[in-house]
Amino acid sequence: MSIKLNVLEHIMVPDHKIMSEEEIQHLYSLYHITSEQLPKIYHDDPAVKAIGAKVGDVIRIIRTSHTAGRAESFRLVVKRPKK
Amino acid sequence: MPSPKRIGKIEFGLLSPKEIRTMSVRKIIWADTYDDDGFPYPQGLMDLNLGVIDPGLRCKTCDQKASDCPGHFGHIELAKPVIHVGYTRLIRKLLRVTCRSCSRLLLSPEEIEKVVGTEDDLTGDVLSEKDIKKERVCPYCGEQQLKINFEKPTTFSEIIIEDGKKIEHKLTPADIRARLEKIPDEDLRHLGINPDVARPEWTVLTVLPVPPVTMRPSIILENGQRSEDDLTHKLVDIIRINQRFKENQDAGAPQLIIEDLWELLQYHVTTYLDNEVAGCPPARHRSGRPLKTLSQRLKGKDGRFRGSLSGKRVNFSARTVISPDPNLSVMEVGIPLAVANEMTLPVTVTPYNIEELRQMVRNGPVRRSLSQPCGANYVIRPDKRRMRLAEGNLETVAEMLEPGWVVERQIRDGDIVLFNRQPSLHRMSIMAHRVKVMDGRTFRLNPAVCPPYNADFDGDEMNLHIPQTEEARAEAAILVAVEENILSPRFGGPIIGGIHDHVSGIFMLTNQLKWHTKQEALYLLKNIEIEHLPPPGMVKDGVPYWSNKQIFSIVLPKELNMVFRASSCQNCETCKRQECDRDAYVRIIDGNLESGTIDKKAIGAFDGQIVNRIIRQYGMKRAADFIDDITHLAIRAIMMNGFSFGIDDEDLSKTEYGQIEEVLRNAITDVQRRIRIYEDGQLEAMPGRTPEETLEMQIMQVLGKARDRTGEIAGRHLGLGNSAVVMAVSGARGSMLNLTQMAGCVGQQSVRGERIMRGYDDRTLPHFRKGDRGAAAHGFISHSYKSGLNPTEFFFHAIGGREGLVDTAVRTSQSGYLQRRMINALQDLKVAYDGTVRTTGGRIIQFCYGEDGTDPMKSSFGDPVDVKGIVESILKEEV
Repeated sequence: MSIKLNVLEHIMVPDHKIMSEEEIQHLYSLYHITSEQLPKIYHDDPAVKAIGAKVGDVIRIIRTSHTAGRAESFRLVVKRPKK
Repeated sequence: MPSPKRIGKIEFGLLSPKEIRTMSVRKIIWADTYDDDGFPYPQGLMDLNLGVIDPGLRCKTCDQKASDCPGHFGHIELAKPVIHVGYTRLIRKLLRVTCRSCSRLLLSPEEIEKVVGTEDDLTGDVLSEKDIKKERVCPYCGEQQLKINFEKPTTFSEIIIEDGKKIEHKLTPADIRARLEKIPDEDLRHLGINPDVARPEWTVLTVLPVPPVTMRPSIILENGQRSEDDLTHKLVDIIRINQRFKENQDAGAPQLIIEDLWELLQYHVTTYLDNEVAGCPPARHRSGRPLKTLSQRLKGKDGRFRGSLSGKRVNFSARTVISPDPNLSVMEVGIPLAVANEMTLPVTVTPYNIEELRQMVRNGPVRRSLSQPCGANYVIRPDKRRMRLAEGNLETVAEMLEPGWVVERQIRDGDIVLFNRQPSLHRMSIMAHRVKVMDGRTFRLNPAVCPPYNADFDGDEMNLHIPQTEEARAEAAILVAVEENILSPRFGGPIIGGIHDHVSGIFMLTNQLKWHTKQEALYLLKNIEIEHLPPPGMVKDGVPYWSNKQIFSIVLPKELNMVFRASSCQNCETCKRQECDRDAYVRIIDGNLESGTIDKKAIGAFDGQIVNRIIRQYGMKRAADFIDDITHLAIRAIMMNGFSFGIDDEDLSKTEYGQIEEVLRNAITDVQRRIRIYEDGQLEAMPGRTPEETLEMQIMQVLGKARDRTGEIAGRHLGLGNSAVVMAVSGARGSMLNLTQMAGCVGQQSVRGERIMRGYDDRTLPHFRKGDRGAAAHGFISHSYKSGLNPTEFFFHAIGGREGLVDTAVRTSQSGYLQRRMINALQDLKVAYDGTVRTTGGRIIQFCYGEDGTDPMKSSFGDPVDVKGIVESILKEEV
């Protein structure tokens, strides 16, 4: 079997997208934050690997929510620290 | 205020022997504490250089008195090094990753680079035990490595394989120390150890610090005897053995004795540091109590961290037993006069209140009866001097009073106070009430506020706190007040509402259409503030009558519209709506109860549909008033007829007993028939189950059905005239199952969802035949609680009952710890003004609180808006 599972197509996996530099700058000014203050996601997260994001990229995650309809979240890709 | 600083790094280091000697003010060599005159021995454990605890003496180091001397460390020179128990894991790791002969890291420079990275490009990772292969050869000196065995608590040994046999060679602390000493600084850095502050050989003690006497004070007992602190006791042991060790060593004692003493010294040092190490019997006091040594002082709930440093104590608080008072408002709390006399709040004197406060000062600290106005206990002068008010000085102090002074007046009716019951699991565990000073010795509260506190009156105690500033009182009134916390943020529904008798009472009042005379109507409405009765619903023979629904409607807001089904609704296939036999279809049109019964669904805590609607439409204050009215009405309603339950309420008639017996007999023969089929091998197993499991399931099903049938038979006999049925149907307390077990049949007892199978020799009890699979042999109780259980049934009942007790005990402790961890993780998060959830460092946790930004308290049972309810209240009919 050589068919690789694409996690992004799974119904439970929300939409992940790499953000452009302008979008990131807009995000930072919107919330008055630096990259330090963003939530993190590990570089070896299956969804991160699937969209090919590198350490330092910012990912936009769009989830469908029962109450809000659409909920956006942003995460900074970081290297997973060794245990 | 200084600007907040970010912590760059935290360094953890070890005390080096040199540092220990530098900070020491005295070398301790004698195990004795005080001489016969009660004076400390020089160079003993209570040496005057280590600080003083006896008043009158002066410290020899700092020349200060006992109250000012902070204490100073001393030291003990150990005869031979011993291992520090706290670092055994580190020692084990270091022994395993370094060479036994040259003490260098068992990795070539290339291998190290792979993990740590090159000098310019550090990965930030450190080497771990896993990076080194077992029993390899040293890449530097070529020495064959041996396996290091570690035995708790402090024994290390090497395993030598000779002629296929394993021989353990014990490593002495001195050997270990020698090895650790040789590890190069550079290798330690690769392991994540900073050799400047933590050389590994410092984990093997050669000199032991002696803590100041101030942290191990001796206490003088009533009989004049001195009792030493546990730490002192332990230090005495250490010095004694150390002394003996030295003597033996100097005398050239045989190796065996030296080793024994060494081990003994190790034991004493180990228990001195930590008396709860695995594999080491705890050192005990003469009385047999384990000693509380260094580690025990810090660890756990009553330890230095959780107990002394994070633990907070407060003034202006009171605690006593609680008891119910249905005549109070939910917003009030009854406070005993004795408590009210002690509790004060500060009032600053101004030209506007000076006369009032003078009077309070004149009233003094003793308020003898409820009718007397409140007094004052203290006045504080502008120079912060506190003056206690007493019988003698009242008049003089009252005259001295001037604007700018502060009077600490006693609390009185209407003051706002915080009321709390532990465990404080959610925010409704602390709510602000209005004071009502009362007789008696207990705090009184309306039973309707029990659910948020999870309180009952079987001896529960609660705490009371008096907010001391204007801001605190405002905050309490706006945020913490009971009327602001009727809705639970857990599910967005009311958590305060009628309980027990409120539900039974309002059910009995509103069930079916009944007519009351004027006298009855006024009896019911006695505690409700109304100016006059509504026009009567019926006039018969010139006598006016008011319907029960009319009386209830008086407490409803005039524009209320809602339609719902009561707790007593049976979910019939075709709903007869208004014509419901059980009167379970509730319709409220324009504030009038048109049909239906008011019960738990309508006014109960956690459900309270009407309460919920009133909150949405009229606000929390109106809802609180409604709860007050409804509880008062319900209590009057239940008092009109009285409400009780006795043993004869479980009696059935002969026909019912006959039917029950028949049902049970049939079930037991059915079980026997199925067992026979199984034993003949004729039983067809269900998919995915063995025939045995199939049989068990069938038996459980048959017996479960039989019990339900007995319940139905009993229920047919017991109507709404039975108190237990009223409670079960209205949702006040208990269920029809409880009634079934009392009057019909207790049913199958189970352990982990299966019939009781435990016991010896193929049977549960010696009263049954081996291999008996019948109903009675595995915990089926065919009697009722009323008729009484026979001995075997009683035993099975105890087995089943025990499981429930164990479950609750385990669950509470587990969920308590889970909650503690969760609170610790979340306690500093807050919602910022831009709607994001952030840590104190400004890091974002959620970009919008809860993804939708809604207040869960104002949501409706999980949905942001209660669309159905709004539509129904406008259309005035069910949608």
